[in-house]
Amino acid sequence: MTDVLDAGANREADEVPATTRADWTSDQEVRWCPGCGDYSILTAMQLLLPELKARREKTVFISGIGCAARFPYYMNTYGVHTIHGRAPAVATGLAMARPDLDVWVIGGDGDMLSIGGNHLIHALRRNVNLNILLFNNQIYGLTKGQFSPTSQKGKVTKSSPVGLVARPFNPISVALGSEATFVARTHDMDRQHMQDTFRRAYEHEGSAFVEVLQNCNVFNDGVFSTITKKDVREDMLIELNHGQPILFGSEKQYGVALAPEGVVIVDVAKLGIENVMVHDETIRNPSTAFSLSRIAKTPATPTPIGVFRAIDRDEFSSSVAAQIQEVQAQLGKGDLGDLLRSQPTWEV
Amino acid sequence: MTDTVDAGPAAEAPAVDEVIIRFAGDSGDGMQLTGDRFTTASAMFGNDLATLPEYPAEIRAPAGTMAGVSAFQVHISDHDITTPGDAPDVLVAMNPAALRSDLHTLVPGGTVILNRDTFEERNLAKAGYDHNPIDGDDLAGYQVIEVPMTTLTKDACKELGVKPRDADRSKNFFALGLLSWMYSRPIEATLDWIEVKFADRELVAAANRAAFNAGHAYGETAELGSQRVVVRKAPLEPGTYTNINGNTALSWGLVAASQLSGLPLFLGSYPITPASDVLHELSKHKEFGVTTFQAEDEIAAVGAAIGASYGGSLGVTTTSGPGVALKGEAMGLAVSLELPLVVVDIQRGGPSTGLPTKTEAADLMMAMYGRHGESPVPIVAARTPADCFNIAIEAARIALTHQTPVILLSDGYLANGSEPWRLPEVADLVPIDVVYATEFNQTNEDGEGVFWPYLRDENLNRPLALPGTPDLMHRIGGIEKEDGTGNVSYSPENHELMVHLRHKRIASIPVPDAEVAGDADADLLIVGWGSTWGAITGAVRRIRTAGRKVAHVHLTHLNPLPANLGDLLRSHRRVMVPEMNLGQLSRILRAEFLVDAEILSKVKGQPFTAGEIQHAINQRLDELAGEGS
Repeated sequence: MTDVLDAGANREADEVPATTRADWTSDQEVRWCPGCGDYSILTAMQLLLPELKARREKTVFISGIGCAARFPYYMNTYGVHTIHGRAPAVATGLAMARPDLDVWVIGGDGDMLSIGGNHLIHALRRNVNLNILLFNNQIYGLTKGQFSPTSQKGKVTKSSPVGLVARPFNPISVALGSEATFVARTHDMDRQHMQDTFRRAYEHEGSAFVEVLQNCNVFNDGVFSTITKKDVREDMLIELNHGQPILFGSEKQYGVALAPEGVVIVDVAKLGIENVMVHDETIRNPSTAFSLSRIAKTPATPTPIGVFRAIDRDEFSSSVAAQIQEVQAQLGKGDLGDLLRSQPTWEV
Repeated sequence: MTDTVDAGPAAEAPAVDEVIIRFAGDSGDGMQLTGDRFTTASAMFGNDLATLPEYPAEIRAPAGTMAGVSAFQVHISDHDITTPGDAPDVLVAMNPAALRSDLHTLVPGGTVILNRDTFEERNLAKAGYDHNPIDGDDLAGYQVIEVPMTTLTKDACKELGVKPRDADRSKNFFALGLLSWMYSRPIEATLDWIEVKFADRELVAAANRAAFNAGHAYGETAELGSQRVVVRKAPLEPGTYTNINGNTALSWGLVAASQLSGLPLFLGSYPITPASDVLHELSKHKEFGVTTFQAEDEIAAVGAAIGASYGGSLGVTTTSGPGVALKGEAMGLAVSLELPLVVVDIQRGGPSTGLPTKTEAADLMMAMYGRHGESPVPIVAARTPADCFNIAIEAARIALTHQTPVILLSDGYLANGSEPWRLPEVADLVPIDVVYATEFNQTNEDGEGVFWPYLRDENLNRPLALPGTPDLMHRIGGIEKEDGTGNVSYSPENHELMVHLRHKRIASIPVPDAEVAGDADADLLIVGWGSTWGAITGAVRRIRTAGRKVAHVHLTHLNPLPANLGDLLRSHRRVMVPEMNLGQLSRILRAEFLVDAEILSKVKGQPFTAGEIQHAINQRLDELAGEGS
């Protein structure tokens, strides 16, 4: 193995060759439904990676099952399309074994919050160096239209013909509840915002969680259009920018302020700009960010997008590797003969 | 002290060729430790031995009850033995519950050594006795040695300033001292162990030492001289030996496989009895670059192992039957991805939670067929605790050289049982060659080099290109893929081809021919797999010593089966398959070879005894003799 990777390491010293979108595009025909929001996410990624000066051979996309999970087939990188829900687990093993790789995890709301919810929260808890993109379209697409764990209460679907009984997960709240060190939201109608958000995720050391609001034009068309359509965005998307007061609306007439019951939307003229909350991604206690995540009754009311939280914390894989290095520094590399003789022995 | 506790085998003590001792007491009485210490002393003295620890699933079952009885059986001998013994010669019963639960296991006329102090109203009631068995005729026909162990231990500790409650905890060392005297065990190893183990608790060390010495001295002073025997050294093959249990041997085998292949070992695991000790052992060996990952569940454990394997590690996951059930889908993925993976199943009594601390070998069908779709995987099984070392290497070798998940079957009996192991020379272990792709292997229509991840070699294996390898970027997945290119393909013809290829490449993995032990021309062939090796071997030796013929084939490779097995099965008039299930290998043999393989089943959570198999063999031989040839 060492030889194989040495070949790569030698190249490491060289300048990263300039690449274009075409270099990151595989020869496979994209098979999402025409008009699917996944296309714009794929384009954003294929345009971003050349800008990041990433290496294709060092980039791996790991996915679960669902429409979103077909993503790796279309990237000219290494990729594994695994099984439903388990992508964060497979990616964790890969990231631990190979800290030199950039590992992206792609999945949908059913994949990562239903069948794979356990793996998602534990990957985030451990802070494994993964870029996790959850394409949230609030529906099961590949199985043709059942409600998902992010579908709104009352939603009529094939498996809830008289309306969905249970309340949905808010993916941002779940990630913050797991104390993820990087949590962000973007949407498929704004390529620049996606690229800016993915770039931040890529640069983050540890688990980076990004919810991408994504339209399923076949089974849940327009579910986010009330907030993401161009003509409503100003009033319905609350852009979070670190160090800036949280303002939105065509005249920046609305703001967000901290009230005793949590974060609320306020009229800036009434409250005064000095009382509007200044966004701070780096607050270690996740409570403020969590409160921000609760403002929106997605997708009907103003919804924050951008980076909710970005803090530094020890990354899991490198901490595990450091323990191994520490032991090896103390004891030297293990000797098999010594291991076999490490219990009491006797001679015959 | 040394003059009263003579270390060597007493010259005056008569020799016996073997003895089976069962230490039984409450879970809190330290019986596993006592048995383990007695075993170590015997191993270092040079006996051959085999052990059977048996303990309840509860960490602390109600004290003094039958549910809380923990026992450790050890068989020591001056000759080669293969089982922990059919029935103990000596039962050490630390309380009434231990006596009530285990007395029936003792040989007729056997010796009962009991702690008389515990045979009082409260403990008798907890054990369910309505009378004191010491006074009744429960013990008629046995030799009974009543010792007030608690009182004598407390007396021995009085001078040391040990609190009576703490002194009470040392009574197992009194029993150990007494048994060490009776069987002329060397005592240095035990005394040294006490020093090291309790180095930072001087009072505990002193109490245990005092209790041990008091027990040892008791043998002489109580005029138990007639009970004292010696079991001489066994003529073992020259070499360096250690006493090893199955889970430790398996862990070391995985470390060895990592060294032999040059790949870092990655273990993804989730705690489960009786497999957790492998996770514990491997977590201790970071000096070998071993990464252990205690995952959030069984599925994540195998998923992470697959991810690590994809990245170029030796990916391993360890579990027991319920965990294998949970890992089934991910194993199907590894079959489809054709990635190396070792799945270790330390079998236990099932279904469901079943008997977590008791042994069974009923996961063979699950290993063979327990996945969705046609998803064959190689299967290997360990036969003795020390053999777990070899089997771990063999499983890794098959996984890495044939790019496939491999299931390794062990069981609770092998995992916790121990035997003397002649250490192999590291230089004699065969390296595992692992080759990764570094270059294009195909040319596209434009004459450019490309990498096809499913372009097969002469053994039908595909090339593995590790992420990080320049230019060989490619995608793999669980969706059916086109042979060669690896591109997603739903073509009917291609799927049929791939199903057959996956079957064929596993079926054609070369495995050594099965070897016959015993009489190749016998009418009766015993076929076994896994931990029944010891009991079958013991039974076959007895049968042959008695002048009757029987043959034994023991399978290490269960998929694919040895090429000569069909001929072997057909060359005997009758075939019997002892298994700790209702007939899983026997069914496979019937299906594969159309032979009338008869099941001899035992599902009591305990291994077969040699006697049980001997009895069954004799019955079959009588029937065959009756039928004539």
